[in-house]
Amino acid sequence: MSASARPSVGRAPSLGEDVAQRQEGRSVSASARPSVGRAPSLGEDVAQRQEGRSVSASARPSGFAKLAPSLDTPATAGSGRRAALRRALPAAAVFLALCLVPAVAYWIGQPFWLGLVARIMILGLAAAGLNLVLGYGGMVSLGHAMYLGIGAYSVGILSAHGVEAGAAHLAVALAIGGAVAVAVGFVCLKTSGMAFIMITLAFAQMFYFLAVSLKQYGGDDGLTIAMHSRIPGLDLENPYQFYLLVLGVLAVVCGLSHRLVHSRFGMVLRGSRQNPRRMLALGFPTFRYRLAAYVLSAQIVVVAGFLLANLARFASPSYMSWTLSGDLVLMCVLGGMGTLLGPIVGAAAFVLLEEFLSGMPLDLPPAVADLVRTHWLGFFGAFVVAVVLFARRGLYGALTAGGKADD
Amino acid sequence: MTDILYASGLVKRYGALVVTDGLDLTLRSGELHAVIGPNGAGKTTLIHQLAGEIAPDAGAIVLKGRDITRAPVHRRALAGLGRSYQITSVFREFSVLENVMLAVQARQGHSFRFWRPAGRDAGLAKPAREALERVRLGHAAQRRTGTLAHGEMRQLEIAMALAMRPEVLLLDEPMAGMSRQESAGLVELLAELKGLYSIVLVEHDMDAVFALADRITVLSYGRAIACGTPAAIRCDEAVRTAYLGEGND
Repeated sequence: MSASARPSVGRAPSLGEDVAQRQEGRSVSASARPSVGRAPSLGEDVAQRQEGRSVSASARPSGFAKLAPSLDTPATAGSGRRAALRRALPAAAVFLALCLVPAVAYWIGQPFWLGLVARIMILGLAAAGLNLVLGYGGMVSLGHAMYLGIGAYSVGILSAHGVEAGAAHLAVALAIGGAVAVAVGFVCLKTSGMAFIMITLAFAQMFYFLAVSLKQYGGDDGLTIAMHSRIPGLDLENPYQFYLLVLGVLAVVCGLSHRLVHSRFGMVLRGSRQNPRRMLALGFPTFRYRLAAYVLSAQIVVVAGFLLANLARFASPSYMSWTLSGDLVLMCVLGGMGTLLGPIVGAAAFVLLEEFLSGMPLDLPPAVADLVRTHWLGFFGAFVVAVVLFARRGLYGALTAGGKADD
Repeated sequence: MTDILYASGLVKRYGALVVTDGLDLTLRSGELHAVIGPNGAGKTTLIHQLAGEIAPDAGAIVLKGRDITRAPVHRRALAGLGRSYQITSVFREFSVLENVMLAVQARQGHSFRFWRPAGRDAGLAKPAREALERVRLGHAAQRRTGTLAHGEMRQLEIAMALAMRPEVLLLDEPMAGMSRQESAGLVELLAELKGLYSIVLVEHDMDAVFALADRITVLSYGRAIACGTPAAIRCDEAVRTAYLGEGND
């Protein structure tokens, strides 16, 4: 596929993107800065677990227990808290970096960066939604872009009819997205493995062609949205305010997801991925939990679609294309499936590499730069292969060393 | 004693192969009922049918007076059927404690709880720890399950079954692959559990079976060729012929 044929999602023309800006912008590092002091609640968790550990270690009765050498080491609550802090560090770093982006963009006078990072966050949000079923639930959905489209078209079609209230856009998007997700999930979750992949893909294609057939709403060409969704107290025309809205939504969704994957529901979801048969034998009717997870996951992507439509002021069938569904899966794999922030890191890597390679701003010999620019997807592919081969838990897993924790 | 679980006229065919052939089995309340037989006699298939993973082609299964022949696996589990698998079936990425906590969670009603961390839920952790202590695996509670030795995983299987607070335990070769020492530990444990639960035990270790069982059913080619006390089975001519290969002398 050539660079031009690839649907470029949600790139905001209104934010004044051009190559010159892009090249200036590269001097700013978007790297994560470490910080301290988030999620003290994790500390209690670990402290309690370790307390429990020392209790159990002392009460060791006879029998074959003696045969097993214990790997446990007694730990104090203090080191538990430090371990928890260390685990919270990457999340804090990512969000601090995201908070700093508007300030830096303002300082250097590069609002282009806001649009780019907003796009990363929106795709990251969609990927995080997908990750709920893909990473935690083990359900490989190749049709989640469908929900991105439902979110975007809800904004587009309602705006076309003069409805501009963001609340209405979001309510309709979630209602339709929810209804579709329940129906589609109900059918898809009767299958598993390859069949599940194919059937989710088939549903997404149905919606893709539905969008193409909507001639009155732009059909193939997509639908330009005249006005941003109107949200009381916020002016989405303002790139800074829009950025903060996206960041806020992302933070809330990540926070809720963190609670969710560690809740009873999350345990059932993760258990069903590891060993569905055993879950049934323990007495869990797994279908309903997996369906609930699928619907939740779809709703997060619908919200991402709502934001995407507002970023690009555009709704296009390409938002529902299977390549985009594949891109979302790729972002999860790239960043680290089954990690809370992996999909966001994956989305960042995805978008930034796309920008970097297809623009190739480095001072290379012209022939080489041209080669990279025209065949950037090839180089991108090599990068993905390398990550998959050498970082089994993705970039995020590699960055957080060990990366065994579920968050 | 009353029959807590019985199967009558169970038939399971795979094409021309009849794996379960008109099998009757009764489990009395509180007894330990061993099922033995040569490889391929249909022991595991029987357990699968009792637990609901395989639907019988004919026959009925009744648990506590209720016909569960067509009930799905999870409903049987909630009705009081706990089981362990012949091939270890646990959650390798969870800690040992989390494995058992899931079992506790299963019987505590629905799991549509999205907010409170399950890991800090004493309502789950306490019974789970008790089950682990019971099988003498308490020391390994925080270990990642994938790092356990084989024998420990077998113990964990039983802890998970116990945490379901079942009335009937279906144990499919719990000693498979265990060292002699580990087996001895498990025999000790099963002797403790005996009487507290009604147990169907499929096992190849004859020393264990004859030491533990109240009654033994011998399967051969999907049929029950004998059923009785260990002493009676030991003397049974048909059993010697079919199973112990001692019929010719």
